[in-house]
Amino acid sequence: MTQIAMPQPDPLILAKRERIIAGLKERVPAQWVITEEDERRPYETDALTAYRRLPLAVVLPGSTEEVAAILSFLSREGVKIIPRGAGTSLSGGALPQEDAVVVGVGRLNKVLDVDFTNRTARVQSGITNLAVTTHISPDGFFYAPDPSSQLACTIAGNIAMNSGGAHCLKYGVTTNNILGVRMVLLDGTIVDFGGETFDQPGYDWLSLVIGSEGQFGIVTEATLRILRACEGARPCLLGFDKVEDAGACVAAIIASGIIPVAIEYMDQTAIRICEDFAHAGYPLDVAAMLIVEVEGADAEIDVLLTHIEKVARENGARIVKVSKSEAESAAIWKGRKSAFGATGRIADYLCMDGTIPTGQLPYVLTRIGEIVAHHRLRVANVFHAGDGNLHPLILFNANDVDELERAEQAGNEILELCVEVGGCLTGEHGVGIEKRDLMEKQFTPVDLDQQIRVKLLFDPDWLLNPAKVFPLNLHPLPLGRAA
Amino acid sequence: MSASSLAPQNSLEVASIVRDAAARRQSIEIIGGGSKRALGRPLDAAITVDVSGLSGVTLYEPAELVVSARSGTPLQHVTDLLAQKGQMLPFEPADYRPLLASTGEPTIGGMVATNLSGPRRLHVGACRDAIIGCKFVNGRGEEIVSGGRVMKNVTGYDIGRAMAGAYGTLGVLTEITFKVLPRSHATLTLVYEGLSCDRAVALMSAAVASPFEVTAAAHIAEGNRARTCLRLEGFDASITYRAGRLIEDLAEYGQPQRLDAAPSKGLWREIGEARSIIEPADHVVWRLQMPPSRSAALVNSLRAMMDVSVLYDWAGGLVWLSHAPGDDVTAVRTAAKAGGGHATLIRAGEALRRRLSPFEPQAPAVEKLARGLKHAFDPAGILNPGRMYAGI
Ligand SMILES: Cc1cc2nc3c(=O)[nH]c(=O)nc-3n(C[C@H](O)[C@H](O)[C@H](O)COP(=O)(O)OP(=O)(O)OC[C@H]3O[C@@H](n4cnc5c(N)ncnc54)[C@H](O)[C@@H]3O)c2cc1C
Ligand SMILES: Cc1cc2nc3c(=O)[nH]c(=O)nc-3n(C[C@H](O)[C@H](O)[C@H](O)COP(=O)(O)OP(=O)(O)OC[C@H]3O[C@@H](n4cnc5c(N)ncnc54)[C@H](O)[C@@H]3O)c2cc1C
Repeated sequence: MTQIAMPQPDPLILAKRERIIAGLKERVPAQWVITEEDERRPYETDALTAYRRLPLAVVLPGSTEEVAAILSFLSREGVKIIPRGAGTSLSGGALPQEDAVVVGVGRLNKVLDVDFTNRTARVQSGITNLAVTTHISPDGFFYAPDPSSQLACTIAGNIAMNSGGAHCLKYGVTTNNILGVRMVLLDGTIVDFGGETFDQPGYDWLSLVIGSEGQFGIVTEATLRILRACEGARPCLLGFDKVEDAGACVAAIIASGIIPVAIEYMDQTAIRICEDFAHAGYPLDVAAMLIVEVEGADAEIDVLLTHIEKVARENGARIVKVSKSEAESAAIWKGRKSAFGATGRIADYLCMDGTIPTGQLPYVLTRIGEIVAHHRLRVANVFHAGDGNLHPLILFNANDVDELERAEQAGNEILELCVEVGGCLTGEHGVGIEKRDLMEKQFTPVDLDQQIRVKLLFDPDWLLNPAKVFPLNLHPLPLGRAA
Repeated sequence: MSASSLAPQNSLEVASIVRDAAARRQSIEIIGGGSKRALGRPLDAAITVDVSGLSGVTLYEPAELVVSARSGTPLQHVTDLLAQKGQMLPFEPADYRPLLASTGEPTIGGMVATNLSGPRRLHVGACRDAIIGCKFVNGRGEEIVSGGRVMKNVTGYDIGRAMAGAYGTLGVLTEITFKVLPRSHATLTLVYEGLSCDRAVALMSAAVASPFEVTAAAHIAEGNRARTCLRLEGFDASITYRAGRLIEDLAEYGQPQRLDAAPSKGLWREIGEARSIIEPADHVVWRLQMPPSRSAALVNSLRAMMDVSVLYDWAGGLVWLSHAPGDDVTAVRTAAKAGGGHATLIRAGEALRRRLSPFEPQAPAVEKLARGLKHAFDPAGILNPGRMYAGI
């Protein structure tokens, strides 16, 4: 019904389901092998909820050694494996298949060691992103990449997707904040990449593993770079009558030599949705709004915000609200932080994630408006403007099959537009199944072939999170007929 | 062995040279400016490919913080261009020609292939962190694109970033795109004098664990008086405030001298180039990476065995160390490893570089993967074979 095809399950694997389950129960305590249909149900999808597949079984290992035993068993049996963190992927990255076993790392959720002197934290991969920062914040430290989903999403998922967040303009994304990982290979070998030092000798395995979307192995531990927080942070809110002016203002702030920790953009639809929900005091009569946050001591923040206010006025900002207190800061952020929830309240939505050169912002926003109108839908734009990572939320009604298809079509056109103007399909959510079939828009066959050659080093039989990232026609083994 | 020498002018020519060489199984040594040619294991390649003809900046958008250049572009050319717009490569690449007594013009391809970063690496990440896209020719002679020109991009695997530090063994880089940063409006360096290595590392650790954004921290142990240096960058008002707070919080280490922008610049250039340990020229030079808290103990343990000169950068995470060629070279690596770190041999006679792996030997499981990765990019094994490790 929906557009993205998934392979047919392998009948030979389905036929030996009992044997696979028995094998898992020999390797982890039976209570952590989930087989009943109603208990498997929560694992049938992730945050791309339009797609659901009930997995053959779910296993929740309690140690790296158990993960190793599970992987060597399943790979010997030729069973597909879906690594899973919290299942908040927006690209279908954690979507199971009927003939696959989900390996969830949720029980591996401990902080193993924190070293404030060397500014590192070693954690098990199933810990949530926010739990890391919560653990170290009493000492004034934090872990920088902060996806909006940080309350739920795991470090494992962040590593697999190379996740970003609102503060990555200054602090970078996951790949810039990981010093080491412990990963289990398909054959059960446990390898350590990186460690506690700044750089690693030999090949840069972390570059490859981070962003590999669960297709290289199962990450069970990670060593994170932790940072001392600045003394404070405060935002200002800027309102513009013209979308172009907001775009120009972003460029002007950066060109003037300031890297704010965050520059968030909201269009009028997004402002209205968030204001209705959060009553944050947002201006309803502007075409676009920016939230710009800077860090430092109070005196520094004053200097920076004064400078930003000046640049904003020069670039046509009609409304400038500079936060003077923690309460005012919270109010400014409240609407933005509830954007996804508030939107979900009024409609179903597809969250796009393309990135564009920021100079193309006005053109791309105009085109997005046209594309969505053409498909008789509405869009709300909320995104990280400093780095050009767009999140158009395409609003639709999931009970209307035709609307879903139109929404997916509009989404594809928007992503193609991003590539056309020199950007990319996904800035932080990953390819998963959602953007799989668009990969040939961004890459040539030899580019994809080179990526696949790297994948085959880790997973020659396409057992790890298969049917994702690469278009199905590039999978070398018969994965079954597309359904 | 006399090698034939080729000088392609564009990526198509690179691809065709590599394709031909792959068909004949002839090995290739890639040369950028030749300034770091002595890094790594010596090569005896059939063909040398000089990529300095692939030159020129292909894209520069200051407001988007992005610059692209062909791989043979002189590093100096890129940094000069960025400086005109008040910007810089974040990781502060250093000039190793004095250290390596080499000539030639360092290129951005050589810089990426060696992934060597300078003092600001402490604060903003390494060369590899600044890469947002690249084009390269793999060992099959295919032109590959990875990443792009936008800051956030998780489309496909990050194979371009993995070119950093691969010493040209996975591909010939032809064009690289970097994230750049604004230069700071002002700079101030605080210099503490006369601290022991242990105290200096403790001071640096305390400084980087403060909220006051120290963008570089180094300890020059050699010379008449040891100097421990903390750099602050940003707006004047901000620097004044942060310096005041740091001096107050670190009062137990003494009162620092203040160096403003001009002398700061010279000092950090010297630190980046490891000037304080260059002499004598025949001494062996190592670059050790350690968890900072263990670096002083490592140096102390080596001092018990031999005379060493040391320079700490990255708040102690990086130790430049030199010793006489006759000393026990294996001791350095053993000690680094025991402390949770690793050691790269940077300067040594060719005989020693042939005998002792310049790079930290790898765990067997990782070594096996490394051979597989080499094969995935360069199945004939012709690109800089053996420069990093035997067999890759
Ligand atoms: C409301 C909302 C807001 C969001 N905001 C952001 C945002 O601001 N920035 C952003 O980048 N993302 C965002 N996301 C997307 C999502 O949260 C991230 O992709 C996140 O990293 C996924 O983590 P997870 O633990 O939920 O992983 P899952 O969804 O369970 O899995 C994600 C991928 O990781 C793989 N994986 C999981 N565990 C492992 C493992 N142990 N080893 C190897 N591979 C593994 C899976 O196979 C899958 O491919 C948002 C999602 C939602 C629902
Ligand atoms: C461990 C180590 C020890 C060194 N010791 C010495 C020494 O004793 N004496 C000395 O003179 N220099 C030494 N160097 C410096 C080095 O050999 C070069 O001189 C330096 O990298 C300068 O940059 P370049 O552009 O001149 O690069 P080059 O020196 O030309 O190249 C540096 C490395 O990068 C590779 N490379 C260059 N361009 C590309 C490209 N486009 N694509 C892929 N790979 C590329 C080269 O094959 C080489 O391995 C050393 C470097 C290292 C890392």
